[in-house]
Amino acid sequence: MKLNHESIEINAGLMIVLIMLAISIGGLVEIVPLYYIDDTVEKVEGVRPYTPLEQRGRDIYIREGCYTCHSQMIRPFRDEDMRYGHYSLAAESKYDHPFQWGSKRTGPDLARVGGKYSNAWHTQHLNNPRDVVPESIMPNYPWLLKNDLDYADVADRMRALKMVGVPYSETDEEYQANVQEFGADVAEMLDINKAEANLIAQAQSQDWDGDRTRLTEMDAIVAYLQVLGTMVDFSKYDEGYFAEFR
Amino acid sequence: MAHGAVAANAQYNYDIVKKFAIMALVWGVLGMTAGTYIAAELAFPFLNFDIAQITFGRLRPAHTTMVIFGFGGSALFATSYYVVQRTSQAQLYSPQLATFTFWGWQIAILVGVIGYLNGITEGKEYAEFPWYIDLLIAVVWVAYLVVYVQTLRRRSQPHIYVANWFYLSFILATAILHIFRNLSVPVGMFHPESYSLYAGVQDAMVQWWYGHNAVGFFLTAAFLGMMYYFVPKQAGRPIYSYRLSIIHFWALSFMYMWVGGHHLHWTALPDWTSSLAAAFSILLLLPSWGGMINGIMTLSGAWDKLRTDPIMLFMITALSFYGMSTFEGPMMSLKSVNALSHYTDWTVGHVHSGALGWVAMISFGSLYHLIPRLWETKLYSQKLVYVHFWLATIGVVLYIASMWVSGIGQGLMLRAFDDYGNLAYTFIESVTFMHWPLVVRMLGGMFFVTGILTMAFNIAMTIRAAKAEQAAIDAKIAAKMAQAGA
Repeated sequence: MKLNHESIEINAGLMIVLIMLAISIGGLVEIVPLYYIDDTVEKVEGVRPYTPLEQRGRDIYIREGCYTCHSQMIRPFRDEDMRYGHYSLAAESKYDHPFQWGSKRTGPDLARVGGKYSNAWHTQHLNNPRDVVPESIMPNYPWLLKNDLDYADVADRMRALKMVGVPYSETDEEYQANVQEFGADVAEMLDINKAEANLIAQAQSQDWDGDRTRLTEMDAIVAYLQVLGTMVDFSKYDEGYFAEFR
Repeated sequence: MAHGAVAANAQYNYDIVKKFAIMALVWGVLGMTAGTYIAAELAFPFLNFDIAQITFGRLRPAHTTMVIFGFGGSALFATSYYVVQRTSQAQLYSPQLATFTFWGWQIAILVGVIGYLNGITEGKEYAEFPWYIDLLIAVVWVAYLVVYVQTLRRRSQPHIYVANWFYLSFILATAILHIFRNLSVPVGMFHPESYSLYAGVQDAMVQWWYGHNAVGFFLTAAFLGMMYYFVPKQAGRPIYSYRLSIIHFWALSFMYMWVGGHHLHWTALPDWTSSLAAAFSILLLLPSWGGMINGIMTLSGAWDKLRTDPIMLFMITALSFYGMSTFEGPMMSLKSVNALSHYTDWTVGHVHSGALGWVAMISFGSLYHLIPRLWETKLYSQKLVYVHFWLATIGVVLYIASMWVSGIGQGLMLRAFDDYGNLAYTFIESVTFMHWPLVVRMLGGMFFVTGILTMAFNIAMTIRAAKAEQAAIDAKIAAKMAQAGA
């Protein structure tokens, strides 16, 4: 049989097979190796899964569509380094399901916003951004202060995250593994059996939203914002270390 | 002639095409209005009104979903069901299954959009649908593939016409993209939220493999299918080059899948991946322009139609915007350009030069061609098509130009240093700078929305007239029958 395009044009089955072949290769070549090349995610200390309160804050961050205006991915440029801090590592979002690197900066990058402002600033800013930044075009989020945080399902959420690979612990064995990996304090926070108690304790450990008597959505989102970009201690590493992974 | 048209209506399933065509306009009006509103929110933030449901972050996915999947998707269902029947000279397979794709698709979008407004989202751009809607869409999509392929198999021609290659490639690619992007674990059987199977850098790569191919297959390959049927039909000329269509079809299908990584330049994605993506992005210029040339050159020998036919104006302008944005895209995928353009409004402008200039314009042209044929009548007003054309064109130009100013301006401000090596501007200064471009962009949106409202009116009047004509014919036939009987 002479091979020409006509043989494809008169055979729907053959056309489907060839199209599937043509469209499968690109994705396979670019995605699959990211799971097998060791250098893809840097080896670095300090990155841990989110605590129950932080995770609930992250859920709210996603619910409000913050990613439509804020990125969480600092690029290795001088201006970004001066404005936001050290460029982001792949390791820093390795427990992020889904990732929130974003694609647009209508507002500034938030990858290292943790610790930059006080809890009170964040609460005021989220409630009415123009109170602290007069030119801001961000919407007000007054309901974050009004809504009680729903944490009844936080253990279920952690179980779902565990299924996709986040090392939250449910058995003693998993707990011990976390003690090895992250130390006892962190392992404690990653224990699904203590999720609610941990969440309440962390919410009351600080004045997140200025009112300790209530557990609001503001408590959770401020806790989340305050941990962003703070997990890796960059003073521990040489300047050139991370470049090796690029 | 009337006899022939009646026969066509009996031969083909036009009912499903009509339904999708009307919903394309409904979603178009809603989605573009939502888009203009969120554009206004960025220029005048008080418009968020402290109402959670209409804040930018929640309304933006509603906008993108309504225009891409509602307007674009419905237009593709309508035209693909029409084209596959006409070019195969066969009736659509299983009207029940086709009707299921209609209701399934509309319900998915409606429930999804209401969900976004109430904070139910997966937080992945253009794949924000929660897991239960992802499942519904997967089922609808399989049904779509079955209807499409089974109809192709009924064809009374040995050859599958080129438009169908593109539609087929779009249906297959969208199935793969949809399934793999949305693999996730729900929090509970009755819980709307779920967590993505992938994390961090892998999730990012899967996202933009999906995201850019939503552009490549949903918004490009499929609309090229539309172009390959409606442009030659409207021009009354055959496709310029059969050979070119073969080459650019396979090149486009193969290469698009490689380019998503250019959305992740300079990020924590490894360099090899984004560089490879950039290389393919530049190569992609060739098949993209192959399609543009094939479309525009189809008019050779019939260029005078541009003087007399506003539908042709829509189509040729669409192809011109397609050529422009597929040049701009590879340019923006260069790492040095991307360093400036990424994260800014330049990207937003680029997307809209494709989405408004190419996708919406070719859809408008095709629907103006299609709808009178479906209802067996003439367009209510040719003049209003001209009005729509100019409103749309001015709207797109205002949109793109203002986004260039805003995006390039912000990019330059954020990387500027003063004489002492300090940052020259704070972030908020760049926000202040963007105010006027954002206002102009909003005006561009208003022009575009006014355009589609003009179209909706024109189409509504066309259908009304068609129904009146049909009623008059029925009455005449009834009278004749009565006479014959008496």
